Amino acid sequence: MAQGIPGKVLAIQDDEMKTGRVAFGDEVREASLALLEDVQVGDYVLVQAGSAVEIMNESQALEIFALLKEMEGEEKDAR
Amino acid sequence: MKYLDEYRDQATTQQFVQAIRALVTRPWHLMEVCGGQTHSIVRFGLDELLPPEIQLIHGPGCPVCVTPVELIDKAVAIASLPEVIFCSFGDMLRVPGSSTDLFGVKSRGGDVRIVYSPLDCLQIAKENPARQVVFFAVGFETTAPVNGMSVVAAKRQGLSNYSILVSQVLVPPALEAVLASPHRRVDGFIAAGHVCTVMGTEEYQILVERHRVPIVVTGFEPLDLLQGIHMLVSQLEEGRAEVENQYERIVRPGGNRPAQELIRAVFEVRDRAWRGIGSIAASGLGLREAYADFDAERRFNVAEVGGQEDPECCSGQVLQGFIKPQACPAFGTRCTPDTPLGATMVSGEGACAAYYRYRRRA
Repeated sequence: MAQGIPGKVLAIQDDEMKTGRVAFGDEVREASLALLEDVQVGDYVLVQAGSAVEIMNESQALEIFALLKEMEGEEKDAR
Repeated sequence: MKYLDEYRDQATTQQFVQAIRALVTRPWHLMEVCGGQTHSIVRFGLDELLPPEIQLIHGPGCPVCVTPVELIDKAVAIASLPEVIFCSFGDMLRVPGSSTDLFGVKSRGGDVRIVYSPLDCLQIAKENPARQVVFFAVGFETTAPVNGMSVVAAKRQGLSNYSILVSQVLVPPALEAVLASPHRRVDGFIAAGHVCTVMGTEEYQILVERHRVPIVVTGFEPLDLLQGIHMLVSQLEEGRAEVENQYERIVRPGGNRPAQELIRAVFEVRDRAWRGIGSIAASGLGLREAYADFDAERRFNVAEVGGQEDPECCSGQVLQGFIKPQACPAFGTRCTPDTPLGATMVSGEGACAAYYRYRRRA
């Protein structure tokens, strides 16, 4: 919960929440980009519970993706 | 150190371990604050690579773990109401209350839903105008902005059937409590990187000056943690006490100002009970009067609901770093992830869950 998830911004809507379509690996979800002033399509953002709190560079994001993927695999194995 | 492999590289790991060995002249107790860091340390066995002088103490940085049992009981009471759709992060569902957990409510027919964000609940509230939608707003400074955002949006949109059950806690007062304890063993803190993306590093300066304790804001990868430990030990051995930022690639000194302003606009600081630890002054958040209509505790009149911790659970001692999970007599026997006595065995950031998953001896 304290750990954010990185995602790539695919689209930004001009609405109250500045709703973005964000790709988390293969999964695309909506997240609010309202707390980021200079965010653009193509940016990687760190998302906490559906709200982006920081813009990251691509290499930072990829590194956490891989960790999450690995942990996901382990959880499946554990089941 | 940009890519994952580089953060896991064994040769570099050994170099860091050697560098730490070369620095150490006496015992040091270092507390990693965040449960996510605890999981990384236990999973990769970093504590076992370090020289014996360096003891890692697992800290209270697991918001699920420190949510008091009375709030779980309140969640259970609200979720059991027929008109309520109770929404929560998945971690909270197995956390034991004094008689049952949210899964228990769900299995008896309660409408308990796992959501990814409180913003999803706004949509659920719009689609179900005849029902009451309640979100269990749990977390540290990382989740406070989005939880606040949901309430601001609900007010603006006139969504009178949405409310939040607030369980927001703050990191710096918890560190203050650890330092003020008569049983204090902590010489330095490995602070949680992602909390600092919101709050920045400035809050820690006060702690450093008041207690002469070094704090290094650190990431979650093995080499992040080893580098953070190296920076911390360097400070200790040189007699320095400063705030340093190992996680500069993500954390800015000032944090995210719009997020901080949102937190201040919606919440006020309050005294707060921490599960297993007790009350810590000014360590939590509650909704300001302007948003009191969205406070689920008020809406459902559950102020009197409250219960008792299982007396066998040692999670308070684990969360304060007094004992390691295996020292609890119930660990792995009467307390497992399927039959937990306390939240530290359930949460993905709980120390007991980390030891159960990665360190349990057959």
